[in-house]
Amino acid sequence: MTSLDSAPPRLAPARPGGGRGGRLGERLLHAYTWLILLWLVLPIIVMIVFGFNDRVGKRNNTWNGFTLRWWGELFAIPDLTTALVNSLTIALLSTAVATTLGTLMGLALGRHTFRGRGGVELLMFANIAAPEVVLGASLLSLFITMGVPRGYLTILIAHIMFNISYVAVVVRARLAGFDSSVEEAARDLGAGPFTTFRLVTLPLILPGVLSGALLAFAMSIDEYVITTFNAGSTLTFPLWVFGATRVGVPPQVNVMATIIFVVGVLLALGNALLLRRRQI
Amino acid sequence: MRRRRAGALAPYFLVLPGGLWLAIFFVVPTAVMLSVSLQTGNVVDGFTQTFDFGVYADAITTYETQFIRSLIFGLIATVTTILLAYPMAYWIAFHAGRNKSNYLFGVLLPFFVSFVIRTVSWKFLLADDGILLGNLKDAGLLPADFHVLATSFAVVAGLTYNFFPFMLLPIYVALERIDPRLLEAADDLYANRRGVLTRVVLPLSMPGVFAGFLLTFVPATSDFVNAYVLGGTNTTMIGNIIQTTYLTNADYPLASAVSFILMAVLLIGIFVYARLLGTRDVLEMSTR
Repeated sequence: MTSLDSAPPRLAPARPGGGRGGRLGERLLHAYTWLILLWLVLPIIVMIVFGFNDRVGKRNNTWNGFTLRWWGELFAIPDLTTALVNSLTIALLSTAVATTLGTLMGLALGRHTFRGRGGVELLMFANIAAPEVVLGASLLSLFITMGVPRGYLTILIAHIMFNISYVAVVVRARLAGFDSSVEEAARDLGAGPFTTFRLVTLPLILPGVLSGALLAFAMSIDEYVITTFNAGSTLTFPLWVFGATRVGVPPQVNVMATIIFVVGVLLALGNALLLRRRQI
Repeated sequence: MRRRRAGALAPYFLVLPGGLWLAIFFVVPTAVMLSVSLQTGNVVDGFTQTFDFGVYADAITTYETQFIRSLIFGLIATVTTILLAYPMAYWIAFHAGRNKSNYLFGVLLPFFVSFVIRTVSWKFLLADDGILLGNLKDAGLLPADFHVLATSFAVVAGLTYNFFPFMLLPIYVALERIDPRLLEAADDLYANRRGVLTRVVLPLSMPGVFAGFLLTFVPATSDFVNAYVLGGTNTTMIGNIIQTTYLTNADYPLASAVSFILMAVLLIGIFVYARLLGTRDVLEMSTR
């Protein structure tokens, strides 16, 4: 930010609003940007802070002093703990499957021209664009019609379903600058298709695959709408919290969400660093 | 020869597993939902296929209010996000310099907290006796019976908050793509600042606004978490109807009909929209 104010106008990229009178406008927009950022993180700050609140009674509404009690009693609510474990394992499993299937689709779309390609793109577009509530409801109508009992497995199926397209799109985007001559070189040197994939293609697309996997994991652990239709009596973390809203959310939820938040931010930063290093 | 053939089949092998998964758990269910909507019966006695299209008329007349309310809430929230996001995206794209990605990361921070928890956190912030309103009331700045929760304002504000990043990111991408030389050219041709903005920047960023509109309007219109957590009995949206009709009332035909109408309205809208603007562009902008 400091480099902005001191940069000589000639060297700075041309920007509308540069020059006379633009200064004030720019300052105002800068302040505005921070105001919006504050608005965006406000509920997160409140969530984190009230995980340390020494609350009295059932309501967690007012600040009563600092305590680490809820961090110590993190797993004191068995149902909540089960829900969290469900969320984590479903996120891991669905990420693994969706990343595999999505990467293959992304490879096909990013590297090959084939008949029916437009149809596949349309399918993915519809899948991403369709309202979640409809995705959840229609999947439920399939399970009801087929007599499939709802539970852990149906949640897993649903999560894989909505993650595949996102992974495919991310992987395809990463393939944009892919130089396929390195694969041809590997093949000319006698590598079979699988060796070529393992030693040449995969390392090259790995950052994209990793980004796709992170996105899939984040979406799965966060997902409420589609899950609620296909969960039966099995609960995930967001489902448990939703159920608790009318009676009051216990501080353990704040603590768990804080941990997920911090781990997620660290993972994303790590991935960003990895990508940056690869680009140099 | 053999190798060429295998090469020609390769993309199909790559697409097959994921494509099948989507076909079985996304395309087929949509068809099944259509068929369920045309059944008659109840959970106890079972359902039979009767092709009774009357359920669609029922769905529309019964839930007309919620359909219209959802569209209006979705539209207000979407337009609000455009107005809020554009200036910020503009500043990040043209003035944030090397800190661009840091600001964008800030915009993405809410995504590291579950959607439900973010909304619950707002409920907590806006509670009648909570840390915001409670203190203002104690200070005598607000009347004691003032409330935000259970109003349309709270629901629309929640929708605006939750979908804001979906609007900012595509607008930012579109602005970021603008070739700086175009702005220089406009400057050289004696365009004033207003002219550069309205005749160069704004038109060139429209694809981003269109993509953002799609990404925000569809989930905002069909959302039911905000209406449930922040709203009251007068703010019920169509998503809430679908949820309760399916899961609480177990009236599957009616629930399916309502979902199908919602999907048809939104998907037809989306495809007309994407056709007008180019499918690929919207898809690419939407998923960047």
